[in-house]
Amino acid sequence: MKVKALLAVLFIGIILFWTVEDMPAFGDPEAPATQYLGILYIESALPDIGIENIVTAILASYRGFDTLGEVVVIFTAGISVTLLLRRGGRL
Amino acid sequence: MRENVVIRTVSRLAVPFIQVFALYVIVHGALGAGGGFQGGVVFASSFILMIVAFGLNSVRKRLSNKWIVVYSVLGITIYAGIGLLCLFMGGNYLEYGVIEAILGIPHLHGYLLDAVEIGIGITVMAVMTSILCDMADKGGESS
Repeated sequence: MKVKALLAVLFIGIILFWTVEDMPAFGDPEAPATQYLGILYIESALPDIGIENIVTAILASYRGFDTLGEVVVIFTAGISVTLLLRRGGRL
Repeated sequence: MRENVVIRTVSRLAVPFIQVFALYVIVHGALGAGGGFQGGVVFASSFILMIVAFGLNSVRKRLSNKWIVVYSVLGITIYAGIGLLCLFMGGNYLEYGVIEAILGIPHLHGYLLDAVEIGIGITVMAVMTSILCDMADKGGESS
């Protein structure tokens, strides 16, 4: 059983290392990840929104609904801790 | 808690500066590094310093349990309310550009982002303080 597990791990590891060669280099401007959407955001954030910080523009405006969900997650965590730990008295 | 003059004096001096820095981080979110999440956590850290230095009850006097819950709901209400405002103005949910186009005020989009960041900051501040207050409470020590 242990030999089979070792073989499976070796097989997957060899495949992973084999495919690492095909990944783009770190910070490569020709990589597909930096080719389309990032350039679009950099070009259109200031005319669209009018603030200098692209990170905030993406976080609060382009991805506003996602950020609302994150705030709701934090709120839910706080309410859960309150309901679990606070004994006696009301909210 | 044991009396310690150094800790109390340094905390009393540091807390206002931490809070001003937190407000700066929240409001500075549109221009540089910063934002609601970070600023809220920094603001909550001032309350945590007060809990460490002066005990739980002194914080409870300034920020009671009821107001913590009110603040944490208020932040989400600001955020979701601005989204609903965009809906009523005829756009999509959280489409701030519609309000700027209808009211005709320049840079209103950025100001709405600031308001949203303030809402995030209020919620994060209240939730972090609430979690630490609940964990520091020994049960029945304060209402």
